[in-house]
Amino acid sequence: MTQLATVPTGVPAPTNARPRPTRTGGIDRARQRHGWLFVAPFTLVFITFLIVPLGYAFWMSLHTKTLAAGEHFSGFENYTRAFTDPEFLHGVAFVLRFSLVLIPIQMLVSLAAALVLDNLSSRLSKFSRLMIFVPYAIPVVIGAMMWGFLYSPRFGPIGEIFGMFGIDAPFMLSPDNVFAGLLNVVVWQWAGYYMIIIYAALRGIDTSVYEAARMDGANGWQIALRIKVPMISSALVLIFVFAIIGTLQFFTEPQILRSVAAGSIDASFTPNIYAYTLAFSYSQFNYASAISFALGVVVFIGSYVFLFLSRKRNGLS
Amino acid sequence: MKLKTHGGHPNRVMTAALWLGLGAITLSACSGGSDAADGTADPAAGGSDGTCTNTVVNPDAEQVTVWAWYPAFEGVVDLFNNSHDDIQICWSNAGQGNDEYTKFSTTIEAKSGAPDVIMLETEVLPSFIIRDALADLTPYGAADVESSYAPGVWADHSSGDGVYAIPVDGGPMGMLYRADVFEAAGIMTPPTTWDEFAAAAQQLRDSGSTALMTDFPTNGRAFNQALFAQAGSEPYVFGDTDSTEVAIDLNDDGTKKVLNYWYDLIDKGLVGTDDAFTTDYNTKLVDGTYAVYLAAAWGPGYLSGLAGADDTAVWRAAPMPQWDAASPVQVNWGGSAFAVTSQAKNPEAAATVAKEVFGTEEAWKIGIEEGALYPLWKPIAESEYFTALEYPFFGGQKINEDVFLDAAAGYEGFTFSPFQNFAYDQLTEELFAAVQGEKSPEQAADDLQGQVVDYATSQGFTVK
Repeated sequence: MTQLATVPTGVPAPTNARPRPTRTGGIDRARQRHGWLFVAPFTLVFITFLIVPLGYAFWMSLHTKTLAAGEHFSGFENYTRAFTDPEFLHGVAFVLRFSLVLIPIQMLVSLAAALVLDNLSSRLSKFSRLMIFVPYAIPVVIGAMMWGFLYSPRFGPIGEIFGMFGIDAPFMLSPDNVFAGLLNVVVWQWAGYYMIIIYAALRGIDTSVYEAARMDGANGWQIALRIKVPMISSALVLIFVFAIIGTLQFFTEPQILRSVAAGSIDASFTPNIYAYTLAFSYSQFNYASAISFALGVVVFIGSYVFLFLSRKRNGLS
Repeated sequence: MKLKTHGGHPNRVMTAALWLGLGAITLSACSGGSDAADGTADPAAGGSDGTCTNTVVNPDAEQVTVWAWYPAFEGVVDLFNNSHDDIQICWSNAGQGNDEYTKFSTTIEAKSGAPDVIMLETEVLPSFIIRDALADLTPYGAADVESSYAPGVWADHSSGDGVYAIPVDGGPMGMLYRADVFEAAGIMTPPTTWDEFAAAAQQLRDSGSTALMTDFPTNGRAFNQALFAQAGSEPYVFGDTDSTEVAIDLNDDGTKKVLNYWYDLIDKGLVGTDDAFTTDYNTKLVDGTYAVYLAAAWGPGYLSGLAGADDTAVWRAAPMPQWDAASPVQVNWGGSAFAVTSQAKNPEAAATVAKEVFGTEEAWKIGIEEGALYPLWKPIAESEYFTALEYPFFGGQKINEDVFLDAAAGYEGFTFSPFQNFAYDQLTEELFAAVQGEKSPEQAADDLQGQVVDYATSQGFTVK
């Protein structure tokens, strides 16, 4: 889920403004030319580092290379293979299950924290805000390693806490617990980030709305649930989309924790780990590209379904 | 702020979702791409234009780039550079084991950026030979140094008529044990057979000791494989004639016998199943949780480098327990070699480096004393200096003479597969499933055989 770190923060303003009817005047055309000039540096980087590698990866995914028989063009064979590959489907099923549980928890935690902080204005609230955000500032790799130690039955505090009651501590990365173990790491890391997005959206609401609500007899709960939550719905949609993409691409945490729990986290634990292992461990770069694109298709379908269902609130209409 | 009440425009939703999907691919491509860049663009990682970690003594000479992660290697490099006028080593550490292989693998795919000479573990040689990544050293005088290595060792680094690497260090196996823990349990002599080993494990438990006999890690990979080999398992036949043919036999009787033996000890709770090379495992090795560390010859160095050791521990080394004491079988775990890559600018100079860098007594003294390597180079391995070397960690025991020299001499070689990483990953999964009680050890071996055969077939091999 490192990738999310590169997504710019902030809440998109609702696009209320309709595009102005285009005039075909000479000034406008000149302006457009200048506009292209301004976006050119970005476009260049965008094409070199995004479009070209994407095209190359797609081209690779249409070929098949085996260790013994060399390389040949195979069309969409790799894709047929991917969508019938039990390892890949198993990984996809895992991340889907994981998002189903993770995202509601993550959103509830961050929403609750943001609503509480929005209501307070003491020095303590500023401190709490920072503290809730801190896990996000810790690099994912470090965070995952840290949790690896915390979960360790030998060094971790879990062992001691359970020991006080005379019970054996569960190993949080055993096959039965690994789901919850990873869930905890991800919520810990990302809830603060989402909290900041929601908090920023809440700060953007005109306070006179609350005043009006209070005069109409709304209590704190009602203001929170009936006024604030609906008014920041586009921010909630945004973090939902971030979360779903991040979770479908789940990689760093399980990859790091693999080294302490090789049995529970296998080489095809998530689609991204599978693609990584295929490319760099089994040297199947072509099939790995196909897996990446197949994952892209899954993300596309997932995002489409969600954006379509939430079209009334997501600001894309 | 007005809330939208009318329906969304499907096209715009479609476009947005499409971008998100594409973004996902690119992001995953980026995470892969940054690794790719590590191998080629990172100056510290070597490559043709990289800077060297060491000092080049003679800048006018031909430079050979080397990737290696040997401990204390810098001294060895300096020794080479100071004694060669025509060739200089430019060394960099591109990571240990898999980290380095990932980078190497990327340079093979990119067809540029590989070093001239690379340190590889013996078990991965076939995986790189089949990708045409390594140069055959026969034309560059490999035969000149053949007599300096044992035949079994030399065979491990050859494929067909070609020689693809010059051996450096090996991993003949022995048993390191806590003499104090054994004595407290009344075990006065270390077990010499696996039956005695199981009996000693029981005796240890019955004596009330909290220590486990040893650990059977499900992610032991080469370690597990070596234990199977001791009972006669020869899982692969590959590389002698046609490199598209491979024979696979991972569920032979020897493997099943070994698996049943260990799972019986695990069921009785006499042996641990911690993952190897984790912090927990390292601590348990030195704090007395395990009475025995079944180790390769590099194991003593690994052990004495671990933190948190128990000061009162009394470590001793003994030969590996045997299935049949009358006809002992010696096995090997790990070991590495220097190979010349097929991207080498000057293969002849590169071959000279591969042959000579660990080809002097001075270099080996650094390797042995500072790097705790086990030399495969016979002139030093058979020297009085090495055989009589006393190890303070083992109370002055001459562990080479007592254990490892015999183990190395009896080792007859082992054939690895060209898809060893895959086979090891599957082995780990199957062993783990058996520990979890999901399947019997026999079933695990049979399933492993099925998976590896399927994989080999899908990779275009003819499975015999």
